[in-house]
Amino acid sequence: MISIKVPPLGESIVEATVSRWLKKKGEAVASGDTLVELETDKITVEVPAPRAGVIASVSVAEGDVVKVDQVLGELDETAAAAIAAAPAPAPAASAPAPSPAPAVPPASSAPAQPPDVKSSPAARRAAADAGISVADVTGTGRGGVVSKPDVVEYAQRPQSVSRDGAQRETREKMSTRRKRIAENLLQSQHATAHLTTFNEVDMTLVNALRERMKEKVEKEHGVKLTFMPFFVKAACMALEKFPVVNAQIDGDSIIYKHYVNMGIAVASEAGLVVPNIKDAHAKGILDVSREIAAVAKKARDGKLSMDDLTGGTFTITNGGVFGSLVSTPILNYPQVGILGLHKTQDRPVAIDGKVEIRPMMYIALSYDHRIVDGQQAVLFLVRVKELMEDPAAMLIS
Amino acid sequence: MKNADVVIIGGGPGGYVAAIRAAQLGLNTVCVEMDKTLGGTCVNVGCIPSKALLTSSEHYEWARLHAAEHGVKIDGVSADLPTMMKRKDAVVGQNTKGIEYLFKKNKIEWAKGRGTLKPGNVVDVEGVDSYQAKNVIIATGSVPIELPFLKFDEDRVLSNIGALKIPEIPKHLIVVGGGVIGLELGSVWRRLGAKVTVVELFPTILPGNDEEVIKEADRIFRKQGLEIRTGTKVVGASRGDGIIKLEIEKDGAKETLDADYVLVSIGRKPALTGIDTGALGLALGQRGEIVVDAEMRTNLPGVFAIGDAVGGKLLAHKAEEEGVVAAEVIAGQHAHMDYKSMPSVVYTWPEIATVGLAEHEVKSSGRAYKVGKFPFSANGRARTMAETSGFVKFIADAKTDELVGCHIIGANASDLIQEVVLAFEYRGSSEDIGITVHSHPTLSESVKEAALGVLGRSLHI
Repeated sequence: MISIKVPPLGESIVEATVSRWLKKKGEAVASGDTLVELETDKITVEVPAPRAGVIASVSVAEGDVVKVDQVLGELDETAAAAIAAAPAPAPAASAPAPSPAPAVPPASSAPAQPPDVKSSPAARRAAADAGISVADVTGTGRGGVVSKPDVVEYAQRPQSVSRDGAQRETREKMSTRRKRIAENLLQSQHATAHLTTFNEVDMTLVNALRERMKEKVEKEHGVKLTFMPFFVKAACMALEKFPVVNAQIDGDSIIYKHYVNMGIAVASEAGLVVPNIKDAHAKGILDVSREIAAVAKKARDGKLSMDDLTGGTFTITNGGVFGSLVSTPILNYPQVGILGLHKTQDRPVAIDGKVEIRPMMYIALSYDHRIVDGQQAVLFLVRVKELMEDPAAMLIS
Repeated sequence: MKNADVVIIGGGPGGYVAAIRAAQLGLNTVCVEMDKTLGGTCVNVGCIPSKALLTSSEHYEWARLHAAEHGVKIDGVSADLPTMMKRKDAVVGQNTKGIEYLFKKNKIEWAKGRGTLKPGNVVDVEGVDSYQAKNVIIATGSVPIELPFLKFDEDRVLSNIGALKIPEIPKHLIVVGGGVIGLELGSVWRRLGAKVTVVELFPTILPGNDEEVIKEADRIFRKQGLEIRTGTKVVGASRGDGIIKLEIEKDGAKETLDADYVLVSIGRKPALTGIDTGALGLALGQRGEIVVDAEMRTNLPGVFAIGDAVGGKLLAHKAEEEGVVAAEVIAGQHAHMDYKSMPSVVYTWPEIATVGLAEHEVKSSGRAYKVGKFPFSANGRARTMAETSGFVKFIADAKTDELVGCHIIGANASDLIQEVVLAFEYRGSSEDIGITVHSHPTLSESVKEAALGVLGRSLHI
């Protein structure tokens, strides 16, 4: 019998929520099959079968919070051979009866086992009467035992119902990830002296450059050239000039980072995640493009690794993909700066005394005013604007 | 100066159990006890000796009054007080020796002397040594409260200590205070032949308990021959040779009672021997009890307190549990006290056992509730034993059926309550007990029947 345990989840992550069992008790699995998915606040972890076998027991339910190394269930590796040998489903009672005893119903035809949840006898009865599963009820008895009062309270929980009988509100538990996102954002708001400054970028030249190079780059390198990597490069250069925006506060010290791990905010189904591009300051536009595409795909698939998610020094978030014109991003604490990009929109602007229609984008820098002075923040954003409006300048700095 | 992980001041049920638990958890443990024996009030002058005398006196009363109805004829029954006392002392001795053995087994050092807690968690033990403790557990217990005009001499004016070793059977024992100690020890001497008068200031005996239980207890005790005067205040006393004149007052009317012995059992207060709370800055509550949190921590770093010294219900099993919690917290485990499922027992006969709230407490909380009751007179086993007085009473939430209170007055109530305590721990419902199989014939069937009574479906009534 092998214990199926919660694997190490990465730096500083000690617990996860069981999001889904892909295999059931009694099911045969091949080595490497994903048995169960765990969700942490950052990533989804798949727990594979260490060997071939049969799931002998499942000791945690979906929605349970589990800790690293906790046993999730057991795998009977000795059952694998039997399963492989028997083409047809084996009868539950495998031991041959020594005497012609009357047919005994096999164990599997017994009534459904009570779910593997600690519960009192009256609780199980009340749950059966109410047509609910004790597994859905949070136990408040010692050791989390589900008691009858728990079941009754669960069954009678307030549900507001509209006149036609449809629910007007539903209540659902926040996932671990959502809770952590909420905590992190709130901590950022509480722990920093948060301020936002704005500027705007004339995207004419960058767009022209992209248009000119797009096809060639896609053909030769398999990379779709967006304007994001240009912003990454421009931001890296501006950070080099204003290193405090790339710093971090630790107690009464300021830690200056002589590298940029550029966080890219990505909306995924389970919430916002911010993977980062390591050493973005030392990478070219093509490498940055490629890496952004890769982490964005991983984020959407829920496959980001801890390494992807930790160590960021500065963040870029692009609200423009959803059409936002102006926003004030929240710092990705403990970082002290975040650059907000928005939708590029054709707008009339005054150029050399004449009104012209230009593709314009508002950009925002939220910064932690505790160590970043207003002047530095404004000049940082001006620097980003200058580089973006004249991308050739990136070559020269 | 020696070093220790834990120094426990007091070797009563709280202290010695804390010591055993701490030692089990690998902590270098010292227990300070100044008495000649371990075990504190409970083992030496409380629970254990009183139960020994209660049992002996019950046997005597049974032989005298009840044996005949079972067809057992005993002629010339008499109480041999010296033998009863010797047996009681032997039982106490077995228990204190037992604790000494447990100390040796668990490698706990018994520092035999008066301990004094000094700032910086240093404990000086008179005539022994000083200990620099990483953690201190104060388990100094409690002492009986005196009447200012009738101080204890343990000769004629007795606390629990003297009442356990009266050298003769009193002619008239007056018990001041109709609580647990007064009723238990009053019962002992009544059975042995003394006239016993219980004087209680409150309108009832056992104040605070469930009213139906009090009513039943009052009725049974009076029938047994206990004289009970409630709502009565002791206002003065004068002493003659072998006689005490007690002035009592009820509704303004004064009266004088003569007694050869008086037991004063009007309550106990925290004993803080060797704990200079002022100098240490130890926070105390309104009744002089040490203030602690659910992990038994005082306001001083590394100083814990448990048992009677922290107030609450003065119960040995409460002290023990608090001792276990303190030791486990010190060892870095997650433990905390929860008093919701704390049972308490009065060892009169019949016994009275309680867990949870009394009906009047539930009523005043505004919670809708249901009651289930079952009398022992309807229980087959009780009839075979001729122990048919009393009943089991359950109080449960009307909506969720959650158990809120259970009160048992009857034979062996102290053991019968225990399944209910377990149910309380798991937030059980009356249905849990009602649908659980109980052996037949047992007294415990009454517990099941009373639980079913909450659901309106008792079977045998």
